[in-house]
Amino acid sequence: MLTYITRRVLYSIPVVLIASFLLFAFVRATFDPTAHLRSSRTAAEAIRSERKRLGLDKPIVVQYGDWLKKFVQGDWGRSERTREPAFVMIRRALWVTIQLIFWGVLISALIAISMGVYSAVRQYSALDYTFTGLSFIALAMPPFWFGLIAIQFLSSDVKDIFHFQDPLFYSVGLHKGGLSGINLDYARHLVLPVMTLTVQIVAGWGRYQRAAMLDVMSADYIRTARAKGVPRRKVIFKHGLRNALIPLVTVMALDIGVLFGGLIITETIFSIPGMGRLFFDSLLRGDATTLVAWTVVTALFIVAFNLLADIVYGLLDPRIRFS
Amino acid sequence: MTTDDRSRDRPDNGGVVRTTEQFGRELGVEQGVGPVELIPEAIADVELAPTAEPIPRTQWQLFRRRFLRHRLAVISAVVLVTLYVLCFTAKWWVPMDPNKQDLLLGPVSPRGAHWFGTDELGRDQFARIIYAGQISLKIGIAVALISTIAGAALGAVAGFYGKLTDQLLMRVTDLFLVVPAIAILAIALRRFGKSDTTIILVLAGLFWMYVARIVRGQVLSIREREFVEAARAAGASSPRIILRHILPNIIGPIVVNATLGVATAIITESTLSFLGFGVQPPRTSWGNMLSTAEGYVGTSTAYLLYFPGLAILLTVLAVNFLGDGLRDAFDPQSEKH
Amino acid sequence: MAADDDATELEPVELIPAADGSSRRLPFDPDAPLLEVEHLTVEFPTDDGLVHAVDDVSFSVRANEVLGIVGESGSGKSVTSMAILGLLPKTANVRGSVRFRGVDLIGRKEKEMQPIRGARIAMIFQDALASLNPVFKVGDQIDEAIRVHRKLPNRAIRERVIELLDLVGIPQPRRRADQYPHEYSGGMRQRAMIAMSIANDPDILIADEPTTALDVTIQAQVLEVLERIQERTDSSILLITHDLGVVAGVADRVMVMYAGRQAELGSVDDIFYESRHPYTLGLLASLPRLDRLGAREQRLHRIKGQPPSLTFVPPGCPFHPRCPAAEVPGRCNTERPDLRSVGSEHLSACHFAEHLDRERLLAPERATS
Repeated sequence: MLTYITRRVLYSIPVVLIASFLLFAFVRATFDPTAHLRSSRTAAEAIRSERKRLGLDKPIVVQYGDWLKKFVQGDWGRSERTREPAFVMIRRALWVTIQLIFWGVLISALIAISMGVYSAVRQYSALDYTFTGLSFIALAMPPFWFGLIAIQFLSSDVKDIFHFQDPLFYSVGLHKGGLSGINLDYARHLVLPVMTLTVQIVAGWGRYQRAAMLDVMSADYIRTARAKGVPRRKVIFKHGLRNALIPLVTVMALDIGVLFGGLIITETIFSIPGMGRLFFDSLLRGDATTLVAWTVVTALFIVAFNLLADIVYGLLDPRIRFS
Repeated sequence: MTTDDRSRDRPDNGGVVRTTEQFGRELGVEQGVGPVELIPEAIADVELAPTAEPIPRTQWQLFRRRFLRHRLAVISAVVLVTLYVLCFTAKWWVPMDPNKQDLLLGPVSPRGAHWFGTDELGRDQFARIIYAGQISLKIGIAVALISTIAGAALGAVAGFYGKLTDQLLMRVTDLFLVVPAIAILAIALRRFGKSDTTIILVLAGLFWMYVARIVRGQVLSIREREFVEAARAAGASSPRIILRHILPNIIGPIVVNATLGVATAIITESTLSFLGFGVQPPRTSWGNMLSTAEGYVGTSTAYLLYFPGLAILLTVLAVNFLGDGLRDAFDPQSEKH
Repeated sequence: MAADDDATELEPVELIPAADGSSRRLPFDPDAPLLEVEHLTVEFPTDDGLVHAVDDVSFSVRANEVLGIVGESGSGKSVTSMAILGLLPKTANVRGSVRFRGVDLIGRKEKEMQPIRGARIAMIFQDALASLNPVFKVGDQIDEAIRVHRKLPNRAIRERVIELLDLVGIPQPRRRADQYPHEYSGGMRQRAMIAMSIANDPDILIADEPTTALDVTIQAQVLEVLERIQERTDSSILLITHDLGVVAGVADRVMVMYAGRQAELGSVDDIFYESRHPYTLGLLASLPRLDRLGAREQRLHRIKGQPPSLTFVPPGCPFHPRCPAAEVPGRCNTERPDLRSVGSEHLSACHFAEHLDRERLLAPERATS
């Protein structure tokens, strides 16, 4: 098991390095950190000295090296946009985003697994068809549209219909001004963004789980368990689900990458100051420094989650562990 | 006499059935040793009770029969074709001009001549949706086509030749799959501009990797099968093997994937346009119509939100059903539903 | 005193206490024959029609005997055994009766069957790798087999598990118990399955093609284990196989099935030396024999044709299209033969059972193809 993990970790390192280099080069090539100086009258001179200061005249590999050295020490540069250290900005945004991801994944997993198990056990029932139908629709909707519709109906219309003073579910930010912590207000703010973030994911996972359960339940070892006299409930959960979770867990971890993409939309629509919004704002303003740091951090996250997926897979499936 | 499957309609067994010996005797043929060709039909009758073997038709007929059984997929196919036709012939039948503003009229909710209403510049929404459809649908198909062809080609080569090409493909795609797609696409579009062609190329530039990985996997599994070995033993060259033996066998998943690629492309394009990185005004796509509509959530002009979204939903839903039907038609065992 | 099988609420007439002292819900009769199957019929509705997997099959299993059920693939032998334990899918249409110690098992609810499965009647399957759960240790799976039926302290169960593994001949049982199925060899896996099935001293052990997936040498070992088990305990074995050789060595009585129906039923000597059914004789004739060498016998005999589709079973005797002794047109293709007595406890379902030219049917055909 240990060799398995170390192998995976060792493999990830070059991936992270090369990916970060490519991202670095890509963003550098796309954005000119001296762009904001172009308008001044002393442009040429200022630009030249700024370029020298930022080391832009050196070959790209060297630039990367310098950047990497600083990066691992925590110096991620200063945002051209806000003049704040990128590290601080990202840390702040990351904390917010992690909350979203946490709730999103938790709720999605619970719903998807329940849906999947139910559909497999009660195949062709009315509820099964309903789940499948809803999944199809969920997968066909642009997630941002779902978010907007959700705001329209669940926030705005509900408020109008019932003459609430405040909307039942908020559509801006995570907390009402001044409040904080985990409480009802927090929950009311979370509902819509989490729904938007996860609507496609739940549908995908649910269908996958259903297929996996169906596969597993028709396996020979399930027949053996029944023949042993194991009660039905135990057969489904202990023997069936346990095996069906294996492929699902890997899919779940790999989908985190998708989740990060979805964050961009969700946070923008709901004005949540997380990583997604940070990306959007930085891109719009051409904030190259933050963008570089952002993409590398995100890549690290995704690689970490892929690694996690591999490890969990090894934990769950003894056949992988011992080969 | 061999006892192969007789691929022929068998008469119901209520009729006359004789043992081989009796039949041979009647024909004056030496018992048990008779030329098979004599009366093949009659001799064959003796052999087998009907087995539940279907009468084989050509691959295409089987495929068509399976596909047509999926009412939903068939309906979807019809809907999609209609949609494409409607959108691309807009010039000839849509009465309103999508870009014509009528500031005096302002925003009106759907009624009368304006089936989908107008926005606050007085532009007819129905016309805009149809014309926007041209762009979104065009991008959808183009991206799917390009990424499928490129991805399949590269994936097949990697999967077939293995070792270095394969490793190369896997590592390169690994790198790209490590960053969220939207982010990469947004940055790329910012850099390379936003003409339709650029959008198509940028999207295809990322999508081909997914296709390539899937095709590679398929090729790997087919490569080990015996008929490939047989072809090689008969002297077929590698490209020939790939083209004539392997590809026909994986065409199923490729086509299904291409269909689903259209769906993904449409959603991705609309997402990017919504964020402002895709199709730019004054050109309309469903995505950037929604971007304008976003500002009106919670107001009386909220109806601007519904139609572009529904258009996307409908299209993608149809594409997905179609893809599902195709998948089942290609390989009925691949998904149990 | 037999219970009223039709009542949903059964009167507990004489409850046989289980090993742990608790009593069973179903009233078993210690004097009734161990297993009596009567007119068992199993049908599956499919898109192509009704599949007659098992058609009016009757037999009994006595205490302490090995009954072999022999037949080709699709003859209904596995379905019969699954029907006994109620393991068929819900779509299956099961009729007839299967009486275990006087109590009919057909149509019972899951909750009523669970105490029987794995405890009174146990079953092992063909592919041991697929039949064992890959994510649990072998020892734990055997542990579960015991735990589901009895309340015993963990340590006791653990010891019993190791004892069972040792009983079936698995070396280093203590270490092996903590391993996963994929770490075992094929023969060992099958032995582990056997260990799991005898954990609760079942009265009947149903072995569904236990040796089919194994090498010949391993086959012999596994059969030997089965024999040993049967001798040491009082259990009976229902051995299902397509291999006559397997049956010859181990069985006391044999039942031959074809196309979902019984062809012949009798003692092992009856079947092998005194067979009175063309199908059985065909099977025997097609066994490769080392004692009959020579130019004439160079081709292996086989029964021409193929087993019929179970959806469209031929009228009359299902074997008639392939039967060298069939009278067609005649009774063979119009009248279904009943299982009749042709000797002491020897039954055959053939219209011409008594008049068969056994010598001719046993000798290999002249080479015709």
